[in-house]
Amino acid sequence: MNHEATLAKLRDRLGAEAVSISEFRDNTRVVVPARDVLAALECLKNECGFDFLVDITAVDYLHYPDAKDRFGVVWCLLNTATGERLVVKTFLNEPDLNLPSAYGLWKGANWMEREVFDMFGIRFEGHPDLRRILMPELFTAYPLRKDYPLRGRGERHNFPVITRAES
Amino acid sequence: MPLELVDVGALPNEEQEYLWTINFGPQHPATHTTLRLLLTLDGEDVIKAVPDIGYLHSGFEKLGEDLTFNQYVTIVDRMNYISPMANEIAWFHVVEKLLGIELTPRCKYLRTIFAELMRLHDHLLNVGTAALDLGAFTAFLYAFYQRELIYDLCEHASGQRFHTSYLRVGGLTYDVDDAWIRQLRSFLDGFMKAHNDVSRLLNRNRIFVERTKGIGVLTKEDAINLSCTGPIARASGVVRDLRKDEPYLAYGELRDAFQVVCAEEGDCYARYLLRMEEMLESLKIIRAALENLPSGPVNVSVEGKEVLPEKNATYRSIEGLIQHFELIMTNRGFKAPVDELYGAIESPNGELGFYLVSDGSDRSYRCRTRPPSFIHFAVFPHLIVGHQLSDVVAILGSLNIIAAELDR
Repeated sequence: MNHEATLAKLRDRLGAEAVSISEFRDNTRVVVPARDVLAALECLKNECGFDFLVDITAVDYLHYPDAKDRFGVVWCLLNTATGERLVVKTFLNEPDLNLPSAYGLWKGANWMEREVFDMFGIRFEGHPDLRRILMPELFTAYPLRKDYPLRGRGERHNFPVITRAES
Repeated sequence: MPLELVDVGALPNEEQEYLWTINFGPQHPATHTTLRLLLTLDGEDVIKAVPDIGYLHSGFEKLGEDLTFNQYVTIVDRMNYISPMANEIAWFHVVEKLLGIELTPRCKYLRTIFAELMRLHDHLLNVGTAALDLGAFTAFLYAFYQRELIYDLCEHASGQRFHTSYLRVGGLTYDVDDAWIRQLRSFLDGFMKAHNDVSRLLNRNRIFVERTKGIGVLTKEDAINLSCTGPIARASGVVRDLRKDEPYLAYGELRDAFQVVCAEEGDCYARYLLRMEEMLESLKIIRAALENLPSGPVNVSVEGKEVLPEKNATYRSIEGLIQHFELIMTNRGFKAPVDELYGAIESPNGELGFYLVSDGSDRSYRCRTRPPSFIHFAVFPHLIVGHQLSDVVAILGSLNIIAAELDR
């Protein structure tokens, strides 16, 4: 798959130094700074035909070898007309865990962003309804972060039991 | 705990006193598993639906960071437990892509056959239970009898009926034998009759058609914008099937054996018809794969130090034992490249992908699942608005939400 046209447009829009491109197997990955993410996604959707948002996910690089940044957020995009795939990635560090929401571009981003918020505590500004989705509302930690232990912190045993009368 | 009703759009008018709120689930016969809906009703019309999920969340992705590639297969099995082997195929598709393993031809064909059996498995359940929820009981029984036969095939091949854990990095646990091939052929011969029975019961059944036709219409633009894949997107006219578009396993070689089924209506009836037609295409793929099934080894060569040796070799030869230890011992194992990638297959429910981050060890640093059920359930609030309470089960049934995959 030839990504040259797409990448050229992205470089035009954001400047050549803001975009770094790497390839692994059949994946092409574009790393952009966090402040340019929305511009990059807009450019890809409106000008390059990436009309399909496959997935949004995040990675906590706390224990990763040679990692400089704490979090990586990943958007997997697809052009349904040509079948071209692209992975857009950005890095975030504490305490500024805010990103613009892609909900305005793809409605499918709604629950994906809620899951990333639920699991990693990364906030998406402009999301219409950013609540926890899988964990209970009263949960305080972000379970997929690497500093959260595999067996939890005893939440399960200490969780208040809701009786039928008070539900 | 109170849930705010602020999901999709505001309520249409200000006089809300006469609106009812109904709690649907988490334990309800038509949800089939554990999911909950908060419905706002005006009489019988649904004005707003807010899904509340997470009842079955069990931290699969966190477990994936602790288990090796081969061990995690037992967890992957339990995601979409209706078609467990499709998840295994997706998982190992991505792991083998990461490790750069090229499978043997026989393994590719066998995995293709199992992938299509799983598609039959999943579609049969979906068609059967969707009909059951709408009051057609007999079709459900015909569908489930065929599912039993597929369970028998799984049991014969892997020793397990339900959670097979049949695949390994670089191959399969066991090769299949001639008796299994005969069993598969007799299943294929009998399947057409069951398929005919179900179609004849449902396709022109007036109650079924009136309760599904024109219900839950998803337009092509919405299907793309809401990230729908698989049967749901194809029923709305999105011509996209990873088996044709990005061929994996033996689908490239079997390209001419099957066609991509599409519909344009995008309603529940179209989704039902599409699944019925896809089963026929799956049947063609299985037949073609069976005719062309190559001989030879089912696993990649042990020299690559990636595949577990056969049990016989482990117990009876020193080389096998060493190879086994090389992979199993905690300070040994695979040498994976330090990188990350996304890979996906066309599972029965849609695009099932994994985003795998590897730190060079034999377990993933992060394994994100792209679960089709999760993404399709997000579509539900858009589909139900304007329909009636009784249409909730029709739409829910046609989306094929598997809560174990939804929550992981």
